[in-house]
Amino acid sequence: MSAQVLTYIFVGLTFGLYIAIAIWSRSGSTKDFYVAGGHVHPLANGAATAADWMSAASYLSMAGIIAFEGADGARYLMGWTGGYVLLALCLAPYLRKFAKFTVPDFVGDRYYSQTARLVAVLCVVFISFTYIAGQMRGVGIVFSRFLEVDIDLGVGIGMAIVFFYAVLGGMKGITYTQVAQYCVLIFAYLVPAIYISLMLTNVPLPMLGFGSTLNDGSGVFLLEKLDGLTQELGMAAFTEGKKSTVDMFFITAALMAGTAGLPHVIVRFFTVPSVRDARISAGYALIFIALLYTTAPAVAAFARLNIIDALNETEYQALPEWFSKWEDSGLLAWVDKNEDGKLQYRGGAALEPVKPIFSGERGASGERLVSNEVGASANELYIDRDIIVLAHPEIAQLPNWVVALVAAGGLAAALSTAAGLLLVISSAISHDLLKNTLARNLSEAQELRWARVSAAVAILIAGLFGIYPPGFVAEVVAFAFGLAAASFFPVILLGIFSTRMNKEAAISGMLSGLVFTTAYIVYFKFMAPELNHAEHWWFGISPEGIGTLGMLLNFAVALVVMRVTPPPPESVVTMVRAIRIPKKAA
Amino acid sequence: MSQEDHQASIQGSGEPAKNGSPSASDEVGHRAYWRANVRTLLSLLSVWFFVSFGCGILWVDALNAYSFFGWKLGFWFSQQGSIYAFVVLIFVYVAQMNALDRRFNVDEDR
Repeated sequence: MSAQVLTYIFVGLTFGLYIAIAIWSRSGSTKDFYVAGGHVHPLANGAATAADWMSAASYLSMAGIIAFEGADGARYLMGWTGGYVLLALCLAPYLRKFAKFTVPDFVGDRYYSQTARLVAVLCVVFISFTYIAGQMRGVGIVFSRFLEVDIDLGVGIGMAIVFFYAVLGGMKGITYTQVAQYCVLIFAYLVPAIYISLMLTNVPLPMLGFGSTLNDGSGVFLLEKLDGLTQELGMAAFTEGKKSTVDMFFITAALMAGTAGLPHVIVRFFTVPSVRDARISAGYALIFIALLYTTAPAVAAFARLNIIDALNETEYQALPEWFSKWEDSGLLAWVDKNEDGKLQYRGGAALEPVKPIFSGERGASGERLVSNEVGASANELYIDRDIIVLAHPEIAQLPNWVVALVAAGGLAAALSTAAGLLLVISSAISHDLLKNTLARNLSEAQELRWARVSAAVAILIAGLFGIYPPGFVAEVVAFAFGLAAASFFPVILLGIFSTRMNKEAAISGMLSGLVFTTAYIVYFKFMAPELNHAEHWWFGISPEGIGTLGMLLNFAVALVVMRVTPPPPESVVTMVRAIRIPKKAA
Repeated sequence: MSQEDHQASIQGSGEPAKNGSPSASDEVGHRAYWRANVRTLLSLLSVWFFVSFGCGILWVDALNAYSFFGWKLGFWFSQQGSIYAFVVLIFVYVAQMNALDRRFNVDEDR
């Protein structure tokens, strides 16, 4: 069977499974809808958290970024796993003891303030929409490439499926579909990685394979070979980073604190029955996540090696079949700069601007011509980083069913995260904005209806973001982290660890962190992108890492304001003392 | 955070409360529990910082001078080792906190 038929079968089967689970686990109450009734088993919550957490960026983009950036890719690996340690140790157990529905719930109650609650709602909606754009885009990419439908139609199909189980099932439906989606995505990620690891090194575990010797009889370590090849071709050595230490430090810190402050991840810990379960469930979640995260750098190294091997110095007509397929979807491009009919893959950007603009004509060898300027480098190849994971099984010539499996996994990763985010947006609107602020006399049934309506509206907006995306999938997501780090993380942390922390400090801290971080990102990304270089950055920190500085500002402002404003009321101090103790009050 | 931790640590004192004690000694016990909790956190977080920001970023070039199987050591820490360490850290935390809960008699009723 062809890869496309198999992809239709796999995607159809998994979608059927998600819909069946959604029907089986419909939500009957707001507690079901917001926190799955609060009785999810910690192991199931671990798997759901992992799927919720691992997005299109983790699944589709991360290995691709590492493949082309080598050592610098470590910021995602450490940032997106290390944040779990912060979450598990500093936030999750206490928020579970707090036992409400949403992050704005905590902020509003802890800071005894409707303003704080509203600022939190604003942050939640803002962060979640930034993040969700990337997911919908990921869905579109998978659909357009594997099912050969238009990218916009792909986004539409993704919206429809999420609509079905998020609106119907709420958190309860999402949780159990996420467990299924985790199984699909991890299987789909590991199978090709194991295959390729065996092909290159004879070692079945990819996380060990990429530190082993190649099985071509040379006895050379894989990474040694890759370092040699990359340098030979005028690129940075794979295991050497190009980013400055300070930037790596700040980006990693922003990703970690952002992970811990992401509302859709935090809210997962409201769904387990007890504090003890919240603790262990973070541990399970990290094991599930680490399975993919320790495999990703191996996939990256294998892919880089295989791409150089398959493409460099090959005539266009002799290029493998997958090349022209991805060229047709616009994610690969070749310019025959030296007119020798062969592809030269070298360091530096092939095109200027970097992304290809196809002219609609074909060149002498049959390649799609581009109307870009050609860059100064001898490099003739443009590769979109997002395709590495999707194309790698074909590049390594794996069987068709593996290719199809990867597509289903990519959809699982994007849909599970999108659903989690949509739920957070919908509960922020129906629960925090309506029930707790604007319309306090809302009945349970009305609130549930509003939750569903706001989920539906959020899906529509998310779909628009997917059709008109603001950049690379992973890049967009990285900014959501900066914003989460600069807004939520400090106020939640201080809210638990300081009894003196008050509402004035929380509001001023959140606003200053958020405004500062947003302004810096907007300035360098949209207002003056031509200045977006290390020499113009403050302290050498890129917009990607600025969330850390925003977070420090948030902490500083909060700690100062806290000392010059009245302490919180006694009832709040009592509440803080209570969430620190796992035992229920008598 | 650090200043507040410090304050919280100074506040706590006294021995763990006995089962069924009145609320005044409960509160003393709770403060001691919280102090022990913060101490556990700080020691685990220093390991967390050491393996990731330390070995994976700050000293990565120095560690890359050494090789570890087929990896440069710094590269291995930043792309593999730190993640394994994170997993271990959470499970150590779970074990230590469950023990603390029992010692201070604040574990949840089952």
